[in-house]
Amino acid sequence: MERTRAAADRDLKPAAEENRSAGGARALSADFLFRYVALAMALLVGATLVAVVVAIAYDSWPAIKVFGVWGFLKGRTWDPVSEHFGAFPFIVGTLVSSTIAMVLAVPLSFGIAVFISELAPSWMRQPVSSAIEMLASVPSIVYGLWGLLVFAPQFANVEPWINDHLGAIPGIGVLFQGPPMGIGMLAAGIVLAIMILPYITAIMRDVFVATPVRLKESAYAMGATTWEVARKILLPYTRTAVTGGIFLGLGRALGETMAVTFVIGNSDNLSASLLMPGASIPSVIANEFTEATTKLYVSSLIYLGLVLIGITLIVQGLAVLLLGTVGRGARAPS
Amino acid sequence: MISLYARRRAVNVLASSLMFLATAIGLFFLAWILWTTLRLGIHAMHWDLFVKDTPAPGADGYGLRNAFVGSLILMVIALVIGVPVGLMAGTWLAEYGGRSRSAALVRFVNDIMLSAPSIEIGLFTYAILVAPMGHFSALSGGVALAILMIPIIVRTTDEMLRLVAGEMREAAIALGAPMWQVVTRITWKAARAGILTGILIALARISGETAPLLFTALNNQFYSTDLKHPIANLPVVIFQFAMSPYDNWQQMAWAAAFIAITFILVLNVCSRLLLKGTVKRS
Repeated sequence: MERTRAAADRDLKPAAEENRSAGGARALSADFLFRYVALAMALLVGATLVAVVVAIAYDSWPAIKVFGVWGFLKGRTWDPVSEHFGAFPFIVGTLVSSTIAMVLAVPLSFGIAVFISELAPSWMRQPVSSAIEMLASVPSIVYGLWGLLVFAPQFANVEPWINDHLGAIPGIGVLFQGPPMGIGMLAAGIVLAIMILPYITAIMRDVFVATPVRLKESAYAMGATTWEVARKILLPYTRTAVTGGIFLGLGRALGETMAVTFVIGNSDNLSASLLMPGASIPSVIANEFTEATTKLYVSSLIYLGLVLIGITLIVQGLAVLLLGTVGRGARAPS
Repeated sequence: MISLYARRRAVNVLASSLMFLATAIGLFFLAWILWTTLRLGIHAMHWDLFVKDTPAPGADGYGLRNAFVGSLILMVIALVIGVPVGLMAGTWLAEYGGRSRSAALVRFVNDIMLSAPSIEIGLFTYAILVAPMGHFSALSGGVALAILMIPIIVRTTDEMLRLVAGEMREAAIALGAPMWQVVTRITWKAARAGILTGILIALARISGETAPLLFTALNNQFYSTDLKHPIANLPVVIFQFAMSPYDNWQQMAWAAAFIAITFILVLNVCSRLLLKGTVKRS
């Protein structure tokens, strides 16, 4: 298909030019107009990213002038009353909640993808994969609503257990000690994990299914088990795309707003415990934006947005580059 | 002593069970979320939801009419802006840009925009529309949603048009059709199911978006169709109501969530059916 298209391209362009000169003036101007309107729209799309960064940087300028770059990134106080703003607690909150999400979602996605591509009987593959994809079409506000009113109260019942068992482990135990409130960093991480699960799974599944059958079959013929095929054939073969998929999921987790806002607890205190409430960059923007009264306050919130863009752009750029053409189609939201 | 064979078998059984467990966990959460929304949503269904406006804080009663109308208006604005821009940009990529470096760059940027956090789009729209105009407005909300739709439409249009066989274009050109007619009458038509699917998917994605609306359309307790002023909409109503202590507000949040999910699932099923038809034909 691609080759015929390329060949057709080469042959078509001159033919179209000739037609144009042969056609009437009206056809010519319509052709010209159509082509340049299309070009203008494509340029508009290409320019949005730069426009987003520039516009947000411009609006955060008042805050940049006051707090500087390092001062803002390392600042630990967020005090609207005295108008002193620092992003550190929220940067930590964003990274911690996303890390929890990745730690949970990556192995789960891998398991589901291998299950769909290797283990499941063929009648089960399509329904299971559609169901997992359905997780992606649930809007984040519904995750938030469910997380706050249904999941958190249930999770509060589990937290004493976490306290007693995980909290007793020397070293990392301090992460799991705290009051059982349901909402908090860990709850936000878990809800985020469920939200990004379908994106990572979709890419892994697509590339696993697309792995040449003869590679898999030669391994099976040598007596390899399903697990060995997954570890030693599928993963090495699809490494790049799988990494891209993971970065894509990470990008989503970092920027997710509504669900996190509902369950993270919204506190600008840093705490070693994951059971304690925290805040992420998106959650603090969503929570405080409409209450921000002074210009510096609004500008500081937008500055937080600029920091978020800085983080997510790197992650997303890597994801898109790693996925290249492999994941095309897989990444379209379903 | 355990033989190597037995150990490999044991590892495999363990790994397979864990994979099965992972799938079960994923499906369990899906079922939990859908079941909760269904149960609480249907429980909160009330005729008043569709004919009355949102009640004042603490007041009794149900009503979401203003939010339904507002969401509808926002979606129409987003479609009116997003479809032409996305369609034309996707058309340029597939029909004119091809494999050129500039097309590759536009595709790269578009792919990044495709998964850009929606809160950033909200802040952007705030910076370019709300701040200069001086107040929140329905129009800016529609624009924010359009910016979220465009990458999806560009991507699907581009991909679907590139699937159209080159021979069809050649045939049209051989008959003397100018390029714009080749595109509008031949390739768009050949790819129309796919392009429409993209638009439906884009609509499904924006219909639940909340974060960008917080900085643009905001919310409105009253019925309004004025594009220059804040407007009520389902997602922000869910956000506000869920956080509230009032029982009837929380119930309405579930009803709204149920309606939003149903709408999105219907759109998804439609787009899947449409796409199935295309794949069979091509």
